[in-house]
Amino acid sequence: MAKSRVAKARDEANNPSSKVVRFGSDKPLQLAAGVTLSPFQVAYQTYGELNADKSNAILICHALTGDQHVANQHPVTGKPGWWEALVGPGKVIDTDRFFVICSNVIGSCLGSTGPASANEETGQAYGLGLPVITIKDMVRAQAMLVEYLGIERLFSVVGGSMGGMQVLEWAASYPERVNTAVPIATGARHTAQNIAFHEVGRQAVMADPDWRGGAYLKDGRHPGKGLAVARMAAHITYLSEPALHRKFGRNLQDRDQPTFGFDADFQIESYLRHQGITFVDRFDANSYLYLTRAMDYFDLASEHGGLLSRAFKGTKTRFCVVSFTSDWLFPTEESRMVVHALNAAGASVSFVEIETDRGHDAFLLDEPEFHAAIDGFLKAAARNAGLI
Amino acid sequence: MSVNNAQRVDLQVIADLIEPRSKVLDVGSGDGSLLELLEVQKGVDGRGVELSQRGVNECVARGLSVIQGDADRDLGFYPDKGFDYVVLSQTLQATHNPKKVLDELLRIGNRAIVSFPNFGHWRVRLSLLMKGRMPVTKDLPYSWYDTPNIHFCTIRDFVELSDELGATVESATALDATGQKIGLSMPWWFWNFFGQQAVFLLKR
Repeated sequence: MAKSRVAKARDEANNPSSKVVRFGSDKPLQLAAGVTLSPFQVAYQTYGELNADKSNAILICHALTGDQHVANQHPVTGKPGWWEALVGPGKVIDTDRFFVICSNVIGSCLGSTGPASANEETGQAYGLGLPVITIKDMVRAQAMLVEYLGIERLFSVVGGSMGGMQVLEWAASYPERVNTAVPIATGARHTAQNIAFHEVGRQAVMADPDWRGGAYLKDGRHPGKGLAVARMAAHITYLSEPALHRKFGRNLQDRDQPTFGFDADFQIESYLRHQGITFVDRFDANSYLYLTRAMDYFDLASEHGGLLSRAFKGTKTRFCVVSFTSDWLFPTEESRMVVHALNAAGASVSFVEIETDRGHDAFLLDEPEFHAAIDGFLKAAARNAGLI
Repeated sequence: MSVNNAQRVDLQVIADLIEPRSKVLDVGSGDGSLLELLEVQKGVDGRGVELSQRGVNECVARGLSVIQGDADRDLGFYPDKGFDYVVLSQTLQATHNPKKVLDELLRIGNRAIVSFPNFGHWRVRLSLLMKGRMPVTKDLPYSWYDTPNIHFCTIRDFVELSDELGATVESATALDATGQKIGLSMPWWFWNFFGQQAVFLLKR
């Protein structure tokens, strides 16, 4: 079962079961690293219908290990889409009303060009031969996709965590193409603590003997152990102590007494092991390196002379910034910095901090107050835009 | 941050002071009543700052541009003259540093509109005089130990503070207990005695 999933996932990297657009050598992707990527492809999903004047498109940006399957069954895991709580007919992001686009980011592994994709020149997977990708590069590729779809102006760009970084980058790089922006549980930079966590994850991947300097695909190997450890460590940062305590406490797993060994005695241990194992089946280890790196490099202020407000100067985009009280990966202070910069730039901005003990992951969960805020914001913007 | 929601007759008085289609920042926007009134009546480009999360979430869900923030702490992040009007309604008395807050309002807005309960109203004076206890009235319903209002002032006090900050009073309205405007021809002492609430339009 596990093997077939890995095989399926590897197949998705080059031949995604979603829609895909291929940009040939006439349309290279300019990367922040100073080189171009060409040819390249972007895999994406759409839901709903684009209206006649193409004014109802919402771009959803996925987080680190997310993908384009935001509201449909996942082709590898068979699970529901990662944001089905929010996206669908009659839901907050109403696919009866909006044309929803979600693309797999460049550098990932579900059909957009990434380290697991075949390099046309060699016929082999890129591996570490792929140039380093940044958030700006991901957004540039998305912009090319949006243009390809014939959409000049997006009604909204929405996303959480790494997706939220893309939202901010969109608003800063293409202000005239973004009507509203909803950055959720994110920040305008990756903090030192976050970079530190990511480095632990990368080191775990690279310490796996099956990683083979990143050339594991060529060698037919799978550095699952290292990647599982990386995922386990990261997963802790997505939760919070109160949520962990509520869910697991110090409860033992299927036993009454500890074994005085190193089995997964505690429920939290089995939970993390399960998270690690299920993750490695669907995700490429090198993609994990590339995407964590992209987040690490993100610092929107530094691109604008150290002054974040300059990134949003003169913007007409309406913003709705959302944070969660128990998120220690992107604490409210990071959102507040963005809000202050937007204020200084004279932007129209709403800012909601949602009270919850579920940590960073709260943006993926059923949080009624969060959903009500997004719903109110989008409805008001839709009325302004004459969509309702 | 607005703390006396019981009687908000000042809202329409404030709305009447605001030019259509101007840019307005409402500090202490509560549940968004004023912002909504201004958007509907005057077509303003409105923004709000509100301390309580419940208020903010309510506003955003109503489609208003409101952020969670604290008048004492966050006004410094707004640029000079970024708004045509900055409104502080029924909030001044709950700030830690009213002088600093008022100074910021005058910096951020071309004009500042401030409304507050008048501690010089005769009922307040009488209550203190007769009972010798901190007054609890319809407008000021809190006991001294649990009130969010920590810096009360009278109309006279406020005029003096505005002077000190170099602000000109462009217009002033006092409202009596029934919410009726007190005639402009009345002298200051009369306002200060019979005004239950006051609304000032300031410019610097």
